[in-house]
Amino acid sequence: MTSTPVLGDAAPAAQIGQARLRKEDARLITGQTTWTDNLRLPGMLHLAFVRSPFAHAKITRVDVSAALEQPGVIAAFSGADFGAEQGSLPCAWPVTPDIIIPAHPPMAVDEVRYVGEAVAVVVARDRYAAADAVTAVDVDYEPLPPVLDMRAALEPDSPKVHEAGNKSYEWVFANGDVEAAFTDAPVVVERYFRQQRLIPSPMEPRAVVAQWSGDEVTLWSATQIPHIVRFALSAFFGIPEQHIRVVAPDVGGGFGSKLQFTAEEVLAVLISRRVGKPVKWNETRSEGNLTGHHGRDQWQRIRIAADADGRIRGLDVDLLADMGAYLMLVTPGVPLLGAFMYPAIYKMDAYSLKCTGVFTTKMPTDAYRGAGRPEATFAIERIIDELAVELGIEPMELRQRNWITHEEFPFTTIAGLTYDSGNYEAATARAMEMFDYDGLRAEQRERNERGDKVRLGIGISTFTEMCGLAPSRVLGSLAYGAGGWESASIRMLPTGKVEVVTGSSAHGQGHETAWSQIVADHLGVPFEDIRVLHGDTLVSPKGMDTYGSRSLAVGGLALVGACDKVIEKARVIAAALLEASAADLEFAAGKFSVKGDPSASKTIQEIALATFAAHALPDGVEPSLDSDATYDPDNFSYPHGTHLCATEVDTETGFVTIRSYVAVDDVGVVVNPLIVEGQVHGGVAQGIAQALYEEGVYDDAGNLVTTTMADYLLPSAADLPSYQTERTQTPAANRLGVKGVGEAGTIASTPAVVNAIIDALRPLGVADVEMPCTPERVWRAINAASANGGTA
Amino acid sequence: MTHITVTVDGVQYVDQVEPRLLLVHYLREVVGKTGTPVGCDTSNCGSCTVLMDGQSVKSCSVLAVQADGSDVTTIEGLANGELHPVQRAFHEEHALQCGYCTPGMIMAATDLLRDNPDPTEEEIREGLEGNLCRCTGYENIVRAVKRAAQAGVTA
Repeated sequence: MTSTPVLGDAAPAAQIGQARLRKEDARLITGQTTWTDNLRLPGMLHLAFVRSPFAHAKITRVDVSAALEQPGVIAAFSGADFGAEQGSLPCAWPVTPDIIIPAHPPMAVDEVRYVGEAVAVVVARDRYAAADAVTAVDVDYEPLPPVLDMRAALEPDSPKVHEAGNKSYEWVFANGDVEAAFTDAPVVVERYFRQQRLIPSPMEPRAVVAQWSGDEVTLWSATQIPHIVRFALSAFFGIPEQHIRVVAPDVGGGFGSKLQFTAEEVLAVLISRRVGKPVKWNETRSEGNLTGHHGRDQWQRIRIAADADGRIRGLDVDLLADMGAYLMLVTPGVPLLGAFMYPAIYKMDAYSLKCTGVFTTKMPTDAYRGAGRPEATFAIERIIDELAVELGIEPMELRQRNWITHEEFPFTTIAGLTYDSGNYEAATARAMEMFDYDGLRAEQRERNERGDKVRLGIGISTFTEMCGLAPSRVLGSLAYGAGGWESASIRMLPTGKVEVVTGSSAHGQGHETAWSQIVADHLGVPFEDIRVLHGDTLVSPKGMDTYGSRSLAVGGLALVGACDKVIEKARVIAAALLEASAADLEFAAGKFSVKGDPSASKTIQEIALATFAAHALPDGVEPSLDSDATYDPDNFSYPHGTHLCATEVDTETGFVTIRSYVAVDDVGVVVNPLIVEGQVHGGVAQGIAQALYEEGVYDDAGNLVTTTMADYLLPSAADLPSYQTERTQTPAANRLGVKGVGEAGTIASTPAVVNAIIDALRPLGVADVEMPCTPERVWRAINAASANGGTA
Repeated sequence: MTHITVTVDGVQYVDQVEPRLLLVHYLREVVGKTGTPVGCDTSNCGSCTVLMDGQSVKSCSVLAVQADGSDVTTIEGLANGELHPVQRAFHEEHALQCGYCTPGMIMAATDLLRDNPDPTEEEIREGLEGNLCRCTGYENIVRAVKRAAQAGVTA
């Protein structure tokens, strides 16, 4: 080695805070992607599932013999063919000691409990042959009564989804004297809200490839959670963990839907072992709508008590949460993630919540963007508006009278959370200014007075949320089955370049870019010299993956911890190279300098090369700068913001148009404003979609009728407004000052939109419209109010 | 099996295909153009959009045999030595997150700008109505198409 290696440029300017364009884009905009469905292995066979056409039925016979005669078919199996081998899909969150967790075989054996549940599988040489042969599998069913309505399911004479009953669990929380808060309260408002069933709909359908080599298996999956999938395969299906590799290659969105351990993942592994060949399964969109987990689906009863001046005395919430037919990975825990958020940004004396998890013969629900917190935020922000009407106080004024002021942080809420930071006044003031709140209120008054057929509505959502999942001790206290830490590794390469390994598993969030920015600043190396690796348990053996707006607020902090360790290892070696005491060295911008003698210095790249050569290391110092760190947060992350929505509601057609949408978010220190803004845009869009467009609908027989994108209305560019976004910044109490952002927009926007619709129609006597607020529903609400003596 | 001759990204392919084979599966599984993904089965999402003889088509709604004699451009053939202006604009405006809809969105936007080199925001939104994105809320996609228009996409 005679020539001098290229050792990177001089220390870069600070990267954190810059709108760096994404590293990920190069492959994504040119089609050089690695989606799971792109994978083609020699001899690979394709799976197609035979799925139940009944919501509830006994399986009396499964005959795959005719399918085996079909061209290209290699094998076919029923659930019974796998017997005990297929085990039961795990639920990681038994929220109460007496929760009912029914057995959940990956393929049904005796009974099916939702339309789409797998009962048999065909293995064929290509996807067309597999799909053809599905129709040749003969299954006899004995129909049982479906259970479709959560409230009816709890009636004593309801048919049962599972022998043990339709109530999975009842979870309660109370703090303060709720009875006293409501007794003699000058004002009590009670409302029922419906959180409709949603289908998460990432653009990439699920896909799985499994391949065995001897006693080792590799599973490629379009998943958010390769590490959890690996653990689950080992812990529940008896494959030694060290023999399992799980790869999440490029993953096309998740929004919680790929935070799951699925029947198809298990079965691909088991079938591949049986047939001795790699197998692939790639869902169709219709199959995905039927059998990828759904989100939301709750009935919420919420009561609020206040003094005449608007001060909130207490809050009481009663939830029914539709679990669907089985408990999947975190199904029962989703409402609990909302349970702590009903008090939101408001001070009050007492709070209680009861949540009842109910089985129905529908696809199980589980995490969908926000998971519990959108439901809570919707209910509290809606009822604050209702309380404002009841009290005759302007809705923003009512919020201001009750919210935690910025001087009061850190503040422990009645739900027991300690909010570390926030400034609701600042975010609200900025949002109101951008929105021209007073100007729009004046226009609204004028139009209401002249009885405009198109009504202007103003919707407020002053939201916060808990994310950055999660402190492991808190998860333990809530009976969750795992921790909430995250892991990071830094590998200093001999040429001064850096490999960063993260346990977060990105699927659109831009980790490769943002993580490079963080490491660039902490190690003082160029952004371009850093490569971020993730999503493959062989490369990144340890991690808790990506969901719950946790990657930056947890994984980012792990990264900082790993950088610290690299620097401390390098300091010892730098001291030897500089013939100085380690205590006399200062590290800044990628360089160790001797205090008082800046000319005596070594860059971290020079130290990396010296460490690789290892010719002159001090005694007892290992020739490596590589470092791992695992970070367990001591609190959740609490982003907040004020979202304002102006709607134009045509009272003759019921058609709602969003005229303007302002989002001022406080997500603490921003690593990459481009990425943060994109997260807010996309989050707001999904929340608007819940308010206006989306609903997963089952008919009276339990058939999902929204199985395609023609029936389940995902908004297009033509359906959505342009958003005005800005930020205020109160640093979080962590070393980066960062908060989560992935779910904030979705949590904030749904109540902003619905509050705006109700605000537009309030003069006509409308007090609520069930979501999604389709033209038909809005029109019917107007007409019902009119029939009841409203002024329309 | 039917004999077809299709030019894909400038290379001519001659193949025997089942008459029912979808163009998108021909592209992905026979030719190996996995840059074009499949997002739905009802031609709603537009992820699989390619240009066929210069016009954007959803390749899940075209049979491979219908493409016989055609010239198909996929996302993999759009760049000509350097990124196409629409690709560059998507990168610069952060118009993608997970990137799954991106190939189709870029191809649809390219076709849109060929028809209308200077579209208004409304024309962009209406023009891309057949392509769904779940990540971006479309804001930056609209900005990217405007930027590409300003850069002169047809130049």
